Amino acid sequence: MSTHATSLPVDVSSAYRPTVGRPGIQSLRVARKDLLADGVVRLRLEEPNQARVPDWTPGAHIELVLPTSDEGTVSRHYSLCGDRWDAHAYEVAVLNEPNSRGGSRYIHEELAVGDMITVGTPRNNFPLSQAKRFEFIAGGIGITPIMTMIAAAEQLGIDWHLHYGGRTRASMAFLDELAQYGDRVTIWPQDELGHLNLGFLNEMPEDGRVYCCGPEPLLNAVAGAAAAWPTWAVRFERFVAASLDEPVRTEPFELELAVSKKTVTVGTNETVLSALSCAGVPVLASCMEGVCGTCEVGVLKGTPEHRDSLLNDAERAKNDRMFVCVSRAVSDRLVLDL
Amino acid sequence: MSITTKCPAHQGAIPVLDDDPFSPEILEDPLPFQQRLREAGPVVFLSKYNVHAIGRHEELAGSLENWQELNSGSGVGLNEPWRARGLLQMDPPEHDAPREVLQEIMSSRALRALRDTCLSHADRVLNPLLAGKDPGTQVEIDGFGDIGSVLPVNFFPDAAGISDEGRENLVPYADHIFNAAGPHNELYKQGECQAPALAEWATAKCQRDSLKPEGFGADVWAAADRGDITHDFAPLLTRSLLSAGVDTTVYGITGLLYALATNPDQWAALKANPGLARVAFDESLRWISPVQHLFRKAANDVEIGGTVIAAGTRVMLNFAAANRDPRRWEDPDKFDLSRDPSGHLAFGMGVHQCVGQHAARLQAACLLEKLLPLVERIELAAPVRYHHNNALRGWGAVPLRLTLA
Repeated sequence: MSTHATSLPVDVSSAYRPTVGRPGIQSLRVARKDLLADGVVRLRLEEPNQARVPDWTPGAHIELVLPTSDEGTVSRHYSLCGDRWDAHAYEVAVLNEPNSRGGSRYIHEELAVGDMITVGTPRNNFPLSQAKRFEFIAGGIGITPIMTMIAAAEQLGIDWHLHYGGRTRASMAFLDELAQYGDRVTIWPQDELGHLNLGFLNEMPEDGRVYCCGPEPLLNAVAGAAAAWPTWAVRFERFVAASLDEPVRTEPFELELAVSKKTVTVGTNETVLSALSCAGVPVLASCMEGVCGTCEVGVLKGTPEHRDSLLNDAERAKNDRMFVCVSRAVSDRLVLDL
Repeated sequence: MSITTKCPAHQGAIPVLDDDPFSPEILEDPLPFQQRLREAGPVVFLSKYNVHAIGRHEELAGSLENWQELNSGSGVGLNEPWRARGLLQMDPPEHDAPREVLQEIMSSRALRALRDTCLSHADRVLNPLLAGKDPGTQVEIDGFGDIGSVLPVNFFPDAAGISDEGRENLVPYADHIFNAAGPHNELYKQGECQAPALAEWATAKCQRDSLKPEGFGADVWAAADRGDITHDFAPLLTRSLLSAGVDTTVYGITGLLYALATNPDQWAALKANPGLARVAFDESLRWISPVQHLFRKAANDVEIGGTVIAAGTRVMLNFAAANRDPRRWEDPDKFDLSRDPSGHLAFGMGVHQCVGQHAARLQAACLLEKLLPLVERIELAAPVRYHHNNALRGWGAVPLRLTLA
């Protein structure tokens, strides 16, 4: 079960300085901002030089670093909802939360087409498994990762059904796009029909999987209704207020190399990998995107700022290794096993 | 061998080569062809097979990343695949879930746990050849037959949890799979008769009740139990390991020994600084490229380096040529441990980048860790013999003279 925030994360503040071209963090241009439903906007974030953005898979999310005030930024995670065949841009859909402490309000009220925005590397805690049948259950803005899963299921020719609940029809995003799927989609506005009917979960198809994203009460209801299903067949993406993310650090930091007894300073616009190389301690690397795992280095002390797509949340929290092509430091100093 | 500059079938000028990259002459010494390919242009038309080919680093790296337009789903050879499709012959989204499973199983973390096992395998390979002899003794061995072809064939099935029986089939099994990436030439025909029996043997090895309770194979089945892949798919995914993981590592390690034996200054540098072992292996992969080339198919009209490749055309991605592209590498023909080989394309790049790369690196590192203290000098004792394969740079014999430390 994943625990990252899809749409309602807490504030993580830090000093803001624009970062351009730093691996693991990209500077993308807001190319479109469309109102999809009441309180929901979709952003299209394009690579300004028409280069590729790092690959992602259905269910993945990206971090947006938002300059919500003159002194600080907040870091927010949003599920990707665009088209993977569009290799030069990401799309996210964002709900304006009345209780927001800055992130969604900033996106809705201040962010404008043409603005540059700092974006992290995609990660996926909610990947789509192989299966013979998918039951997709979405509540409200929880539809975003499900949209990419539906696209994948369609391409794979796998049987699926979407059960989509929302407060009102007008508040539900993507209804136009979903219309093409006809009776594969059940739209369930609460003001018309009450709570989502989960009776279909009584039947358990062979090699079926449930993918559910939405607010906590929906997830609990689904967990209860699917009690007869094996736990691995029912997968949730939670909106979690507790974000583990550390601030995006832009100041230089120090590396202490335990084996070679050297100290190396990593500047704002260089990677740990390049700083190590300049200091005469080159580390073998390959993909330069935090995907392949070649440049793994042991961390003996200090807290890395993980920007790879390899470690899961538990592995990140151990802080005992990092991928130096993209990852940096939260702490002033890292002691590396080099 | 002639280069013409106009091909009426294509808009604008596109260089044409009439070489047969799968001919015995080119397989024996592929470097001149690879240089012609690279220098002819960013995209070249191979008239013999009606395919395009890419041999420059920048365009090749870009093509490898571009899974959207350059597909693997209809096979990664010259022709459509002849067997059930594994991980390498899939495109997203079909590729996503099994790739994720295998990437986790073969992660650097998982491989680190196998270091001791691998070191003891390296001991078992080297000790009978080298142990207990006086310093200065000269030993003649075959770098391919005695080391390169032994270590992966012992280690990999062990790590995968495949039973011992029939291990000798592993190399011939994969040899034919890689030959099938080329045309139906003599190499392909030679393996054709044996192929169904070998495939049946490999498939049987990957069934759940044939696997040991621990290993990559068991991990694949555990992923099926967790619901990440279907049980139907587990044997096919396990088989991908066997077909892709053994021959490539056999030739990679043999190539490493060849590189060190023919570059005494680099051997000396490695002896002086064993910390260069990881660089040495990756530099040897850049220098030799055990997997020489694979193919993609254009999903639509694709523009690469100013040339439009028409939808439906197959494209040769020549890793070996790009790994010696002087536009990317200084003095590319030199095997040089002072260079940073990061960014070589011997493992590919992008979503299909070799999922077993950490297993290959582990074996090479363990071998060197054991070999370096035992050996003072390494040199060729006789000319090497190549083993021709339509996709691999194969070795038949690498006679070595080792002077013991």
